[in-house]
Amino acid sequence: MEFTLKTFIFYGFALMTVASALIVVTVRNIVHAAFSLMVTLFGVAGLYVFLQADFLAATQVIVYVGGILVLILFGVMMTSERFDMPIQVKGHIERGQLFLGGVIALALLMLLLTVIANTPAWKNLTDDGTELPPTTARIGELILNGQFLLPFEVVSVLLLVALIGAALISRKEVRD
Amino acid sequence: MSLEYYLVLSALLFTTGVIGVLIRRNAIIIFMCIELMLNAANLAFVAISRSLGEATGQVFVFFVMTVAAAEVAIGLAIIVSVFKHRQTINVDEVNSLKG
Repeated sequence: MEFTLKTFIFYGFALMTVASALIVVTVRNIVHAAFSLMVTLFGVAGLYVFLQADFLAATQVIVYVGGILVLILFGVMMTSERFDMPIQVKGHIERGQLFLGGVIALALLMLLLTVIANTPAWKNLTDDGTELPPTTARIGELILNGQFLLPFEVVSVLLLVALIGAALISRKEVRD
Repeated sequence: MSLEYYLVLSALLFTTGVIGVLIRRNAIIIFMCIELMLNAANLAFVAISRSLGEATGQVFVFFVMTVAAAEVAIGLAIIVSVFKHRQTINVDEVNSLKG
């Protein structure tokens, strides 16, 4: 494989994504973990751009970074016991838990890599570098004009239910 | 850049999320790790969609993102609610159902 600019950018984004994901898992300060998650999400958005999924790259930044991450930060703020104290994760990780979790995760990784390596159908799907037309119009067509209209409506109802449910769960308790 | 690279990256990201869920005890960190796993699955979807030259996989990613948004809204509401009652979000200390 020749080392072109394209591979260089890919490895840059890949390294950024995996490294910041590892920081999310290992760092003790929750706020640092949240900001590291932001780097991961931006890295994935960059990979979407690289895969010519323009609509999803924009959605990733808007929904994940702009919405979900801000929500998580609000959650961090509302669950820290005192606002002026550094938020530390209480309690140490037990050794047995660490070992068992590591073994299970490693087994899962091996399983996934074996599946990726042994699936013959993927062999001829290599990306040949051709440019695809922008996907936004195609996604809109598929959702509103095609086979995904019903799932789209169901998901919108789900969002509505989630909105009402979240408001209901987190409101102040009313004694009657 | 062939498809396998993206799939291996996706597998690494997913495993990182699994490790986080298994070894961390803070509910919000577990939440972030679930987001990592969802992102890994999304990345695999987009990569396969790209190499097939079809947008159907991207529609799935769109749905996953919507469900993730709903999940975060509800999940954080539950976490905040648990914190109000128990003054902790350590999942080992929230064990009322243990019997």
